[in-house]
Amino acid sequence: MPIIRFEDVSKIYRLPAGDVVALDHVSLTVEPGEFIAVMGPSGSGKSTLLNMMGCLDIPTSGRIYLSGQDISGLGDDALTRLRRDRIGFVFQSFNLIPLLSAVENVEFPIVLTTGRAESRRRAVEVLAAVGITESRFTHTPGELSGGQQQRVAIARALVNDPDLLLCDEPTGNLDSKTGTAIMDLLAGENREGKTIVMVTHDPNVAAYAHRTIRIVDGRLA
Amino acid sequence: MFFSFAVRNLRRHWIRSALSIIGIIIGVVAIASLGIMASSINLLLANVITDVGDTLVITPHTAIGETFTGDPRTAVDAAIPAREVEEIRRAANPHRTIPVLQGADEVEFSRGEGGYAQIIGLAPEDIPVLLNIAKGQYLRQNQPGALVGTHLAREYGISPGSRITVGEESIRVAGVLTERGLAADINPDYAIVVSDTWYESHFGVGDGYSMVVVRIGDIAEIDRVKGVLENQFNRREEVVDIFDSRDMLRQYEEIYQQITVFLLGIGGLSLIVAAVNILNVMYISVTERIREIGVMRSIGARRREILRLFLYEALVLGLIGSIVGGIASAISGYLISLVAVEVFTAGTTFGEGFTVFNLSAVGYIVFGIAFGIGTSIAAGFYPAWKASQLTPIEAMRHK
Amino acid sequence: MIFFDLAVRNLRRHKVRSVLATVGIIIGVVAIASLGIVGASLSGLISGMVSDVSDTVLVTPHLAASSGDPFDPRSALAARISERNLGLIEKAAGQARVVPMILASDRLQVRDKGGYVTVYAMPVADIPFLLQQEAGIYPQGGSSGVMVGSLLAEELDLHPGSRVEVGGESVRVTGIAAERGMGIDINPDYALIVTEDWYTERHGAGDYSRVVVKVDDLSEIEGVKEAIDQQLNRRKEVVDVLDSREILELYYETLDAINIFLLGIGAVSLLVASVSILNVMFISVTERTAEIGLMRSIGARKREVLFMFLYEGLVLGIAGSLIGGIVSITIGYYVSATVAEFFTDFAVSGGAGVPVSVVAGYVAFAMAFGTGTSIVAGFYPAWKAAHLNPIEALRYE
Repeated sequence: MPIIRFEDVSKIYRLPAGDVVALDHVSLTVEPGEFIAVMGPSGSGKSTLLNMMGCLDIPTSGRIYLSGQDISGLGDDALTRLRRDRIGFVFQSFNLIPLLSAVENVEFPIVLTTGRAESRRRAVEVLAAVGITESRFTHTPGELSGGQQQRVAIARALVNDPDLLLCDEPTGNLDSKTGTAIMDLLAGENREGKTIVMVTHDPNVAAYAHRTIRIVDGRLA
Repeated sequence: MFFSFAVRNLRRHWIRSALSIIGIIIGVVAIASLGIMASSINLLLANVITDVGDTLVITPHTAIGETFTGDPRTAVDAAIPAREVEEIRRAANPHRTIPVLQGADEVEFSRGEGGYAQIIGLAPEDIPVLLNIAKGQYLRQNQPGALVGTHLAREYGISPGSRITVGEESIRVAGVLTERGLAADINPDYAIVVSDTWYESHFGVGDGYSMVVVRIGDIAEIDRVKGVLENQFNRREEVVDIFDSRDMLRQYEEIYQQITVFLLGIGGLSLIVAAVNILNVMYISVTERIREIGVMRSIGARRREILRLFLYEALVLGLIGSIVGGIASAISGYLISLVAVEVFTAGTTFGEGFTVFNLSAVGYIVFGIAFGIGTSIAAGFYPAWKASQLTPIEAMRHK
Repeated sequence: MIFFDLAVRNLRRHKVRSVLATVGIIIGVVAIASLGIVGASLSGLISGMVSDVSDTVLVTPHLAASSGDPFDPRSALAARISERNLGLIEKAAGQARVVPMILASDRLQVRDKGGYVTVYAMPVADIPFLLQQEAGIYPQGGSSGVMVGSLLAEELDLHPGSRVEVGGESVRVTGIAAERGMGIDINPDYALIVTEDWYTERHGAGDYSRVVVKVDDLSEIEGVKEAIDQQLNRRKEVVDVLDSREILELYYETLDAINIFLLGIGAVSLLVASVSILNVMFISVTERTAEIGLMRSIGARKREVLFMFLYEGLVLGIAGSLIGGIVSITIGYYVSATVAEFFTDFAVSGGAGVPVSVVAGYVAFAMAFGTGTSIVAGFYPAWKAAHLNPIEALRYE
C-alpha cells in the first residue's frame, strides 16, 4: 500500500486580486521505503505539495490518502494528531524551539501523549542515533552549530517513528560539508526503511533520492 | 513540561513579567484592603449599635413632616400621656410594656465634680428587662437608689455604695450598668437610672412619659402589634412614632452594603487596569512568537495545547502577583483599618478596645487573591485563544 | 518634528498595544476625577447641612459627661443656666453680644397636621441679630405672634399671616426665617422662634437653656472664652464653653480625610496604568534596539532618541487623559446626582449639586495627573533607549 496517494488534487487560493492555482490536478503515489526529491522553480507549488503530504493543509479538490486513510476532509485536531504520530518534519531553518534544550526539543512531539520518563528515554536514544554527543543534550539551539541543530531537528522528526519524513530544503542553511553529512544521515535512515520526501533546488542533493518529481506551475512535469 | 516551558518564557522577558506582576499586586492590595476597611467599619458599628432585638419604641410624634428618626434638628422634649400609655399596654398585651421617664438635672458625683446628666425613670421591675448590671444590684421596690451608666461611673469613679447628689437630693448608688452603646430604645451609658416613684417625687408628676418601650418575645408578633398600635393611635393624624428596632438595623445594613460595593468597585478598577496590562503583554508575546507557534503546531501540538501553554503564562503571572498581593494586603488592610477607625471615632469613645482582624478580613484577602488570579486568566484568554487559532503554515511564514 | 512624527507612526504600527495602554490611562483618569467629584459632592452636602458660624461661643450648662458632640440629641436636655449666671456671662463677655435662649417644645397644629416642634425663645431685639428672614417681619413682642423656620414653613405651607395653633392657642405667623442649616448656636429650620416675653407670658419666667455669645472680631474669641470660664467655673464646672471653630474643624478634618482617601484610591488605578505604560515602552525599546542603533549611527543624537520615546509616552498619556477627561465629566454628573439622591433620603435640602467649576477642577487635575504619570513612566525606558551603545545595538538580534 502506498504511503501517500494523491488523487487529482488541486489547491486554489482565493485572493482578492484573483485566484492562485498552487496545485493543478496532481496525482501521484509514494511507496514505502522510497526516497523522493521534489524539484521545481520558485513558486511552482512544491512547498504546497509538501504541506499537503504533511497534513498541514487540505486540498480544494481531489483526495489524499495517508497509508490508505483519506485525510482530505479531516478537521484540525485529527490532522494535528496525524502530524504528531505519523509524520516527521525537517525544515530549512531548523525551527527548533529556542527556549528548550536539545533533548527537550526532541521529546516535544511525544511528551504530548506519552509519560515523561518514557519520552525522555526515547529522545535520548534518537539523539544518540543522529550523532549528537551526550554532553550537548542540555544545550539550547543557540549553543549548537547549524549542523548540530539540523541533526536535532531530524531527531525530533524521527522520535515518534513516523511513517513518513518530509524535508524542506534540509541543507539550505548549511555549508557543503555539513550538508553532505546531513544527507548521509538521511540516506542512512532511508536505507533502514524510512520513506523520505524532500524538496530541494540543489541537484547534488536530489542525487541522493531514488527518483525525482518535477513540478512546474502546479502540475507535474 | 508545558508549565515549565511557560515559566521559562516568562523569565526570558523578566522585566515585562515583573512589571505585570507588580500591576497585579497593586490591584489585589487595593481590592483586599478596601474590603477589609469596609468590614472593619462594619464591625465597629456593630460594636457600637446594640441590637435590642424585638423591641418597639413609641415616642410622641415630634417632627412635623419628613425628616428621619434622630435628625438632630428636631430634638424635642415631648410626652405621651399616662392615659395613652394604658391604651398601649392594652393593645400590646400580652407583651411587656415599659413606660420611660426622661429628664435631666445637675448631678454632683464627688466634691464639686459633676454637671447636668440625663435621668431615666423606670419601674423597678422593668429595669432588669432592659438593662444589665455590671456591678452591685438592681433597684429594689420602695428603696431609693440609683443605677449609674458605665461611662459616667468610669469618669467619676463611682461604684455601688457611693453617694451622689441629684439636684438637691442625695441618693445612694445601688449598681453600675454594663456598657450598652447606641440602642434604639434608651442610652444609659451617660445617664442615671432611678425608680419611677423617685423620679416623680423629685421632678414632680409631669404630663406623661417620654417614651414607651414594648418588648416583644416573638419576632412574628412585631408586625401585628405594630399594626394594632398604628391603627389605634395614628388613624387620623400622626400622634406617635412607632419605631421598630429592626428598621434601624436594616437601614444600617443597606448603607453598609452600598458602601462595601462602592469600595470594592473602585478597588476592582485597579485590578482591571492590571488585567488590561496583562492582556497587552500577552498579546505582544503571542505576536512575537508566531513562528514558534507555527512550528509547534506543525510538529503536532494541538490547538488546545497551545491555548493551555499561553494560559499557563497568564496564570503564573496572576498567581505570583495575587499571592504576594494577598500578603501585602494583610499589612495594608490592617493599617487602613486603624486609620479608618480613627477617623470615624474621633472625639468619641467607641473605638476603644477594638480589634481589626477576624474571619471576614481574611475572607477579603482570599477574595482579593481569587479575583486577581481570575482576572489574569481572563485577560490572558483572548491572546492565548488567538495564538491557538493560527494556521501552522501561515504562522511559520511569518517574519 | 520628525521625531514626533516617528513616535506617532511607531504607536500606530502597533495599534493594539497602544490602544490597550491608553485604556489603562483612561480608566485611571476617570477613577481619579470621578472619585474627586464624589468627595466634593459629599463635602458639599454635609457643608450644606452645617452652618458655619465661626464667630460664636456657646455657653451651656455643664454636662456630667458629654460625648463631645454638640449636635448629639442627648445634649438637648432640660438643663438650665440661671439669671444670675447670665449676668456673670454678660460681664465676662464685655463688648461681645450676649443672647440668652430658652429651648422648649410645644405642640403645633396646622390645619390637620400636628406634632411637637422645638421652640426657641429669645429677647426680641436679638432675633433679627441672629436670624435672617426670608418673608414677613420678626416677632415684635408679647402678642405679636411667632416666626417659623424655613423648612418647617415649606413642609406645612405656611406664610406670613397664616394662623396656627401653638400649645392649643391660636397664633399668627409673623414671618419666616431664612434657611440656615445646623449651627451650634441655633437650628431654626424646623423650629418656631418666639420672643422671650411671649414665652414667659405663657409659661412663667424661667432659667435659660443656653447662652450664645457673638464676637465682632474672631481674635477676641479666646479672650471671651477664658473670661467666661474664669467668672463661672472658678469653684466647680458650672458651664461648658464651646467654640464653634473647634467643632467645625473636626467635621472638616473628617471630610478632608475622606476626600484625600478617595483621591488616593483613584491614584492607585492610575499608578497601575503607568506601570502598564512602563511595560509597553520597555518592550518597545527592546524590540527596536537594532533600529535605535541604526538611527544613532546615521546621526541621531541621544537627546533626539530620548525625545522620540518620550513623545510616545506623552501621546499615550495625553490621548488617555483627554478621553478619560471627557468620560469623567459624564460620570461625574451621574455620580453626584446619585449621591445627592442618596442623601435626600436624609432630608437634606437644597444645593445638592456640585458647581461646574469644581467638576472642571477635578477633571483637569485628573488629566494633568494622568499625563504627568505617563511622562514619568515613559522616562526611564526612553532614557535607556537613548543611552544604548550604537554598535552593540546594531548587533542585537
